[in-house]
Amino acid sequence: MILDIAREQVLERGVGLDEAQTLEVLRLPDERVDDALELAHEVRMRHCGPEVEVEGIVSIKTGGCPEDCHFCSQSGRFETPVRAVRLDIPSLVEAARQTAATGATEFCIVAAVRGPDERLMAQVREGVKAIHDNVEINVACSLGILTREQGEELRDLGVHRYNHNLETARSHFGHVVTTHTWEERWETLQLVREMGMEVCCGGIIGMGETLEQRAELAAQFAALNPDEVPLNFLDPRPGTPFAGLEPVPAMDALRTIAAFRLALPRTILRFAGGRELTLGDLGARQGMVGGINAVIVGNYLTTLGRDPQEDLDLLAELSMPVKELSKTL
Amino acid sequence: MSFCPGCGKSDAGHESCVRPLDPPRFCIHCGRKLKVQVLPTGYVATCVRCPT
Repeated sequence: MILDIAREQVLERGVGLDEAQTLEVLRLPDERVDDALELAHEVRMRHCGPEVEVEGIVSIKTGGCPEDCHFCSQSGRFETPVRAVRLDIPSLVEAARQTAATGATEFCIVAAVRGPDERLMAQVREGVKAIHDNVEINVACSLGILTREQGEELRDLGVHRYNHNLETARSHFGHVVTTHTWEERWETLQLVREMGMEVCCGGIIGMGETLEQRAELAAQFAALNPDEVPLNFLDPRPGTPFAGLEPVPAMDALRTIAAFRLALPRTILRFAGGRELTLGDLGARQGMVGGINAVIVGNYLTTLGRDPQEDLDLLAELSMPVKELSKTL
Repeated sequence: MSFCPGCGKSDAGHESCVRPLDPPRFCIHCGRKLKVQVLPTGYVATCVRCPT
């Protein structure tokens, strides 16, 4: 029934599912998940097209973060195996060059911080300029909570997209992070939009939230209307408070992908961290024909991903062209 | 003596410490935490004490 409604509402009229409708998709029995994925794929093809946006990410400042995001091995508050390290500018440019060589059009510079201090801003300033001077690729940043002045500076540097994840539903946020609020994140996202940068805002599925809270998160994304939503699945990291949580079962992950596409028919929906653990090789294919239209290729911030060529081969096999740089500028 | 690259301990039975998608995190020579920089297409792991 909900899929019939979604076909008319989302596919035909382009109106995303609301929170209650999204919850109905998240509650579909296993035997209906293929139908949901098929519809989500149709929605993606009609409202976004066949192209896939490819992105690489790198950590410019790893570990030693003062925040207590319970999923994150880079928090300095937990006893994790991650040791603090900073990336120098030549290595950053080389990482951007390697990313561009995969055909990616996006390169996101990430730092494990509450928000950037002057040392980090100086590093970013130099790094973004060096990449722009040497590599043909769009530069995005993910540097935490921004001040207005920092937002203006990033925009003026030519950072075209800024990532700041809501991570989880507002009602669950206090169980995931206690050192800052969901509202602080929301305010930074509004600032990013006001500055004229594209808004990238994702979340992590599998942090103890209920299905209702997954639907709530989808509705909060819809209210924000970001340009991109990276969808992560929890990879329980040693030493973090969430180390003992079980990875999301593959069928739940696929249900979530379909539901989020039906809630966000025109958004860039990106396969991000944890997909290898949760879905494996088969899941990558199912996701790509189930509503996903963007991928992070290669490695993540502290863990390794699939060989980029495997993803590119998969896209070629599925006749899904990689979005070209000229179409993103 | 060698140390587990996943947890840094020296006793046996650490086959599951390093998962396929994890870079090494501890020096196998001295057991100290490594400085690990993950890059889009690889990683660099260095020990502040032991020669690479």
